[in-house]
Amino acid sequence: MTPPAHSLLKSDDRTRRRRASEARFRACGLAAIGIAALALAVLLTSVLANGAGAFRQTYIKLQIPLPEASLDKAGQRDPAAMAKVSTFGYAALLHAALLDRIAALQIETELADQDVAAMISKEAAATLRDHVLANPHLIGGMAAMDVLAAGRIDGYFKGRVTLKSAAMDGNTSPQALQLARKLADADVIETRFNWRFLTAPDASDQRPEAAGLGVAMLGSLYMMLVVLALALPVGVAASIYLEEFAPRSRISDLIEVNISNLAAVPSIVFGILGLAVFINFAGMRQSSPLVGGLVLTLMTLPTIIISTRAALKSVPPSIRDAALALGASRMQAVFHHVLPLAAPGILTGTILGLAQALGETAPLLLIGMVAFVRDYPVAYSDTAGLFGDAATALPVQVFNWTQRADPGFAERASGAIITLLVFLAVMNTAAILLRRRFERRW
Amino acid sequence: MSLANLTAPTLAIAALSATAAAARDNVQVAGSSTVLPYAAIVAEAFGENFDYPTPVIESGGSSAGLKRFCSGVGANTIDIANSSRAIKPPEMKICAENGVTGIVEVRIGYDGIVFASDINGNSFAFTPADWYLALAADLPVDGAMIANPNTNWNMIDTDLPDQSIKAFIPGTKHGTREVFEEKVLLQGCKDSGAMGAILQINGADEKAAEAACMAVRTDGLSVDIDGDYTETLARIEADPNGIGVFGLSFYENNTDRLQVATMSGVLPGTASIAAGDYPVSRPLYFYIKAAHLDEIPGLQEFTQFFVSDEIAGPDGPLAEYGLVSDPQLTATQDAVSNRALLGGM
Repeated sequence: MTPPAHSLLKSDDRTRRRRASEARFRACGLAAIGIAALALAVLLTSVLANGAGAFRQTYIKLQIPLPEASLDKAGQRDPAAMAKVSTFGYAALLHAALLDRIAALQIETELADQDVAAMISKEAAATLRDHVLANPHLIGGMAAMDVLAAGRIDGYFKGRVTLKSAAMDGNTSPQALQLARKLADADVIETRFNWRFLTAPDASDQRPEAAGLGVAMLGSLYMMLVVLALALPVGVAASIYLEEFAPRSRISDLIEVNISNLAAVPSIVFGILGLAVFINFAGMRQSSPLVGGLVLTLMTLPTIIISTRAALKSVPPSIRDAALALGASRMQAVFHHVLPLAAPGILTGTILGLAQALGETAPLLLIGMVAFVRDYPVAYSDTAGLFGDAATALPVQVFNWTQRADPGFAERASGAIITLLVFLAVMNTAAILLRRRFERRW
Repeated sequence: MSLANLTAPTLAIAALSATAAAARDNVQVAGSSTVLPYAAIVAEAFGENFDYPTPVIESGGSSAGLKRFCSGVGANTIDIANSSRAIKPPEMKICAENGVTGIVEVRIGYDGIVFASDINGNSFAFTPADWYLALAADLPVDGAMIANPNTNWNMIDTDLPDQSIKAFIPGTKHGTREVFEEKVLLQGCKDSGAMGAILQINGADEKAAEAACMAVRTDGLSVDIDGDYTETLARIEADPNGIGVFGLSFYENNTDRLQVATMSGVLPGTASIAAGDYPVSRPLYFYIKAAHLDEIPGLQEFTQFFVSDEIAGPDGPLAEYGLVSDPQLTATQDAVSNRALLGGM
């Protein structure tokens, strides 16, 4: 008996070719994922390596004498009179306190007194001044405080500054770093977790060690509230009307094309619109989270509308038909049955839209939010109105810090990126969890 | 976007703008990114020591800042424009057309422009003529303009190191570019005798000759940097042959990564710039809208604080950061206190 010409058990040439082509395709797919994963790994490693330092900060523990003679000559503890002593006056007290401490510990150093003083951050004087003005009873006694160390000293304990780089650096010296090491051994200098990075406002170029994300996070929060309060109801209402009520016509087709178009418009265009309409025409405040929020609302609306319509479409027509057949009105059918079933999809779309808005810088450039802002914005004030105080935003702070001359800000910028990534990861995870938890399949 | 989408935000805006149009209580500043760090230092100290809110400071460039400054008077326009060059007559005309008629000019000090390269590379001693011969688009040779043949610094001057020419200069939107063109390229053109040769070739057309002197080669040996000095620094770290143009304060904050070149034998520094020995420097300004001085709380105090001896003087924080303090600071302080308006308006 001759074997059959074709057997399912023996692969012929054609089958082998098909299998080889499938294997090639799979390899290509794997390679594509590999490239993407590699790019992500490189990005994350570089950001984490550069930015991890921002979450640790070096402090100098000092006992600062507060002589009445230099802080409150009149001795009346009158706030107005005490406020006349500027931060320059308080800086001298800090410098004396550090020199005393070094003398008490019998540490030898060749550094001039002013170079020792430069080891304390310029921010420290302001911190001390605020502390004393808030607690006038301290005058005449001692204040125990942990003050910020200057940026270069801080960089030394994080490995950013080395003895070799300090030798060439005009802002510090190897002697200063060696002194700092001795002080650290004597437990006067300590590096610990940096809560200030998350709460403090931005700082000027002379004090990178003091810069924080407080104002930026508040600004981002206010903008997200504005976006949520406006984009969600408007977007959902528009989608429900378009999907459930609007007659299919040329006009509704035109609107649909325009919405898809708007979703792809470069975001800076919305910034130009915001400047022209909200600031120049409506007279709203520059740099305010309100204007920022409105601009981001316009930017996010198309995303929300598109995802909401998709969610509404995915609810089977049988649900509507059943409701209508039992005598519900169109509105009842939508609000009692369709909308609750579409809610997980709508929420997911909204969260993704918000995450996109949170990471946006370009439109904020034009409305004055790319700025140096030190004061925490309040949500409401009589002069500025709702969300009218000047603020920045998280991505803007990254942009600002990458432009600063002091290398300390590069570390802060990476730290800010990490913070932003954590927020985005939380939002995107929430979106996925919501979808998993509440999604219904038919 | 549908009509329904537009109406809701519009209504919201109408409701909110009623409150938002009220007067402002913080000072708003915009303009030059060179002046920004100085302004931020002053704003920070001002916020710490006065009861007024800390001024809000934006960058964006001198021209953009002056344009916004000149866009009108009122709480939703800026109070101060920072500028790394003096305001120009056409800008003052636009200001006047928009009702900004009273402007106080304040010169805060001088800024040096330095040439720096990678710390591990060769050291340089430049003259303006070297830079002209290295960067000019066309050079006059034997009565005709030919494309710049120089590709190595030692082709220009045998005393310069054997290193191929690669320059990172500020892009045209920067005020620094203008100073670089005038004080380095044009000066070098005159010093090297090329100016005379060009005039002979083009028939004594002085304007065209100056333009030819300041035209930069486009064959890739000179790269325009439109970003900030941080970008220039990154480019030099990537290409050790590169030589970049920086502000003095930027260099002083990065001395562990950059080495600075001398210009005409003078090392740049606050002392040599203040004495007028270092040739490439320029004044920095800010402009105050006089109409806002009595409207915006803290504006007068902030501007006086900015030019006070303890801030802008030779021992103040600005000088420490790299600003060359103005020898005529007292006159500036008087001008700010008396609100001396810029003439010609």
